[in-house]
Amino acid sequence: MSAGGVGFDISCGVRTLLTGLTRKDVESVKKALADSLYRQIPAGVGSTGRVHLERPDMDAMLRGGAQWAVSQGFGFAEDLNRIEEHGCMNGAEPERVSEQAKRRQKDEMGTLGSGNHYLEVQEVTRVYDGRIAGIYGLRHGDVVVTIHCGSRGLGHQIGADFLKEMVVAAPKYHLELPERELASAPINSPTGQKYLGAMRAGINCALANRQILTHLTRKVFAHHFPTAKLALLYDVSHNTCKVEEHLLDNKRRPLYVHRKGATRAFGPGHPELCAELRAAGQPVLIGGSMGTCSYILAGTTESEGEAFSSAVHGAGRAMSRHEATRRWQGRQVMDELAGRGILIRSPSARGVAEEAPGAYKDVSAVVEAADHAHLARMVAKLEPLICVKG
Amino acid sequence: MTAEHWEHFHHQADIGVRGFGPTKEAAFAQTALALTGVITDPEEVKPQEMVPVVCEAPDDELLLADWLNALVYEMAHRKMLFHRFEVKMTGHRLQATMWGETVDVARHQPAVEIKGATYTELRVRPTEDGGWVAQCVVDV
Repeated sequence: MSAGGVGFDISCGVRTLLTGLTRKDVESVKKALADSLYRQIPAGVGSTGRVHLERPDMDAMLRGGAQWAVSQGFGFAEDLNRIEEHGCMNGAEPERVSEQAKRRQKDEMGTLGSGNHYLEVQEVTRVYDGRIAGIYGLRHGDVVVTIHCGSRGLGHQIGADFLKEMVVAAPKYHLELPERELASAPINSPTGQKYLGAMRAGINCALANRQILTHLTRKVFAHHFPTAKLALLYDVSHNTCKVEEHLLDNKRRPLYVHRKGATRAFGPGHPELCAELRAAGQPVLIGGSMGTCSYILAGTTESEGEAFSSAVHGAGRAMSRHEATRRWQGRQVMDELAGRGILIRSPSARGVAEEAPGAYKDVSAVVEAADHAHLARMVAKLEPLICVKG
Repeated sequence: MTAEHWEHFHHQADIGVRGFGPTKEAAFAQTALALTGVITDPEEVKPQEMVPVVCEAPDDELLLADWLNALVYEMAHRKMLFHRFEVKMTGHRLQATMWGETVDVARHQPAVEIKGATYTELRVRPTEDGGWVAQCVVDV
């Protein structure tokens, strides 16, 4: 069990909402919609949410995840079918999460964060697989909303706490770490079990956070489009460790699959998927960066044997943040994107420059590689209309 | 003698922070300044409020990561940024005082939130001219 193998942003992930609207519907109110989303979705350094959690509510959230959020009035019960683990990671142990981690999260529920996290209103500009797109409810010209964020300060603190605990405990377990960042502990050791309970609580925090952000997004859309429903297509994380059964040495075994910067990609027929999605395979949601496109793929049967049902999660940076600010200015990036019909809303011009589309590798090439390797199948391409950045 | 200064270094998706100083304490303080520099221009942060920090770890390198993670925690929890750091070390126990102010988004233009100090490229070493350098990659 490796805290480094999960990373600091436990259960960072992506969810996509179907709006039932077309680009034409959105264009007429695009600027007002962008401004409302920016006002209602707390984003950026130092931002706080409207939900403030003290014990015992904090522990209930850490045990219940998105199920807790729905019970508090954030979203609908039918959303849960479209979230990994039905919205609640079993085995979470809030008592394993440090007081510091909980204190850090107290005012951060329902916040987007910063860096490469975002909320985007996107248009489906290409459909590659009509059958699966139909099952997913995606049509060319449709507008969707995609949210990319994670477990906020709580997950970050769990990462820091257990990285140290595992490095300090490694000699006790006779583990020689080639690199301290690979901090690990035997699964059945006290340290391993403690991390598992805390990490699962971190997953629930991320699921609850994205559920609250969904509720805020729906409220904004309801103001501009009273009949729009914003059904959840899917919510999938890309920094987790989960127990799954996979074929290894011709035997099906339970494995602790660590995915850091990798999306779970269950193929068609997988029992974890809800009945409506089972024939198509799990939606694999791949995010871009502001001006670049995003993709929706579907899990394949082959991915099970090739990569324990895993696929990519995004493009990754092509250059450092420093290099990006040397090349671009935030205002210039926002103006250029506005010229292409993409409205950016962010509290930080420097943050926008650091996240300039050109600072990232070509996400299309990354997604095509995943498709060619049969890790996931390309279903639809999304291009941004509005992007709220932290 | 190594003069007090800080710099960033490139690391894939993240960013490295490095501090130099004539003493280990000074190098640790400069690394903290480098960390603030990832978020904003440290010169824009006013030293209005004082926050004490204590941490302890089995070796210099884990102590550096602990120190930077304590700074990340105080920034996140208090919604503050820090500009001035005074570090005292006794063995592998660190006592520090940090001065800073509440985040002012319009003035500080904070670029990114730091999730934590990682153990990637984590080093605390003497320099050739008798000073110290301390560094690690931070996750943003």
